[in-house]
Amino acid sequence: MSIITSNFPVLLVITPLIVAVCIPLLGRINKRIPPVAAVVSTAFTLMVSIILLSTALDSGPISYWLGNWAPPWGIEYVVDTLSGFVLVVVAFMALMVALYTPGTIRDEVPNDKETTFYSLYMLLVAGLLGIVITGDVFNMYVFIEISSLAGYALIASGKKREALTASFNYLILGTVGATFFIIGVGLLYMVTGTLNMADLASRLPEIYDSKVVLTAFAFFSVGLSLKLALFPLHIWLPKVYTNAPSAVSSLMAATGTKVAAYALIRITLSVFDVEFSRSVDFGSILLVLSCAAIIAGSVLAISQTNIKMMLAYSSVGQVGYIVLGLALLNETALTGSLIHILNHALMKGALFMVVGIIVFRTGVEEISGLRGLGRCMPFTMAAFTIASLSMIGVPLTVGFISKWYLAVGAVEAGMWYVVPVILVSSVLTAVYFWRIVEGIYFGKAANVTLKGPTGLLVPTMIVAALCVVFGVAASVPVSVARLAASALLGGGGM
Amino acid sequence: MSKRVGIIVTKTVARVVIPFIQLFALYVIVHGDSGPGGGFQGGVILGASVILYAIIFGAKAGRQWVKQGLTDVFSSIGVLLYAGVGIVAMIVGGKYLEYNVLPIGHDAHIASHYGIFFIEVGVGITVAAVMVTIFFETAQRDKDDLKDRGSGDG
Repeated sequence: MSIITSNFPVLLVITPLIVAVCIPLLGRINKRIPPVAAVVSTAFTLMVSIILLSTALDSGPISYWLGNWAPPWGIEYVVDTLSGFVLVVVAFMALMVALYTPGTIRDEVPNDKETTFYSLYMLLVAGLLGIVITGDVFNMYVFIEISSLAGYALIASGKKREALTASFNYLILGTVGATFFIIGVGLLYMVTGTLNMADLASRLPEIYDSKVVLTAFAFFSVGLSLKLALFPLHIWLPKVYTNAPSAVSSLMAATGTKVAAYALIRITLSVFDVEFSRSVDFGSILLVLSCAAIIAGSVLAISQTNIKMMLAYSSVGQVGYIVLGLALLNETALTGSLIHILNHALMKGALFMVVGIIVFRTGVEEISGLRGLGRCMPFTMAAFTIASLSMIGVPLTVGFISKWYLAVGAVEAGMWYVVPVILVSSVLTAVYFWRIVEGIYFGKAANVTLKGPTGLLVPTMIVAALCVVFGVAASVPVSVARLAASALLGGGGM
Repeated sequence: MSKRVGIIVTKTVARVVIPFIQLFALYVIVHGDSGPGGGFQGGVILGASVILYAIIFGAKAGRQWVKQGLTDVFSSIGVLLYAGVGIVAMIVGGKYLEYNVLPIGHDAHIASHYGIFFIEVGVGITVAAVMVTIFFETAQRDKDDLKDRGSGDG
């Protein structure tokens, strides 16, 4: 047993990785095995990530040396409060979407590609978990590429033809983003001779005036902004979320951009530090971009007639909230930003899962086609309503918690003019969600009664319920996020 | 007439050369830890020998020689061999991929040597299988496949 527990950090990454390569073999024996293997292994990773987070909270950061090579030379995996928190979010959503996948892919993915789909799904999960757990910048690049490549293939695996162009667009822009990241890594390696994050953090302050370091920082921030779809680098995102199979949109919307945001936070605050970010005035650039993202995302979402497209543009706005906390650079705002990683994963995950059920049952993607569905699919629409209220930021839902912390953080930072941006965007969010919710319940009912399939409904309801649970019992995730935020701002954090 | 001669020449040369290419591929894989090359390079050479056969004798003959099931299975087996070395190291009490604790030989050097050796073999198997798969996937993309996508449209 101790062999397993002492190797938990690496098991978290290699379990999905090994399952990913086993699935094509298992799928040859029986096509029913891959979905079960995906659920079992993601459940295991969730358990491991929860144990790792609680250990990190109790007894400080966990460090794991791959191949037992000591850190500056070997690859180190680090679980501190921040990475543990994001690991739990990713692993939880991976499990929920793995439960949800078997019901929808029969319709959305060609029959002979189902086994491959699960294999790529596990590869995507391994990549996302790897980005979060690694303490080595080059290893982070490798995991970014693993998750991206699996992602491109997953997006293209749908039956829709548009999925191919969406995936190709994302492939080009995603590769540009990853290349910028590796250029940043290369420049830092050139001036410091190390790739380990903690080691970089201790060597960089001496050479902060160097132009090479400044260039590296610029490459990191632009590359990762592309990956996390920060306005105006979001153009790849709407088509991807709209055309990918529902399970892929749900997982990528819930975790993909969040993990990129984690990487940006990790690089700017752990590898570089707060003083450096302040000295290059990184905050003001991000502040302008994130406020633009929040407003533009909401405005563009209002003008959409396709519900998936609307959710995708709303994601652009929500990413703005996560970056806003990083822009304000104080503990309260950063707490809001980190808590929004969890909250938005829950809300957007639930919404995309609901839309997947609607498309599965009715084949409708247009907003006008949803009228009256509240009577046909009561449970599904209840989940949609909860998640919508949460997106708007109604008290007692998770959306309120993150907006509250961000608004208070803005006031603390003396930037009161950010508060109206948050309020206006909440109103705009209310506009585009309420017109749907109104149509669902007060529109003319269709004649048919449709029940959401139980296999799809259960994970969706769990995620939607958590939107309320963590909205009421907010103290648990908030205390973890606050610890992570103070560690990030208190010099180093690794 | 000259075309036919050309085909005979290429077929004969391919028959002679392919075994040597494969032998060289094995050499590059096996000597990966002490000389230039390694699992990846050797795997590419091994895959190239199959691709050469398919180019000369036709894709159909190529797939008869190396069946799709074979490449599918071996793409996974190579990675599993790699991961397996790491897991064995964990089971005997080391960290993941800590070669020198592997229960082979008497001292850490030999264990480390064999650890790297098995990893190179794993990489070679997967790379060769994937190279062949990529070649046949791009060579055999036919109209039926595209029609399949089109009908699911909208």
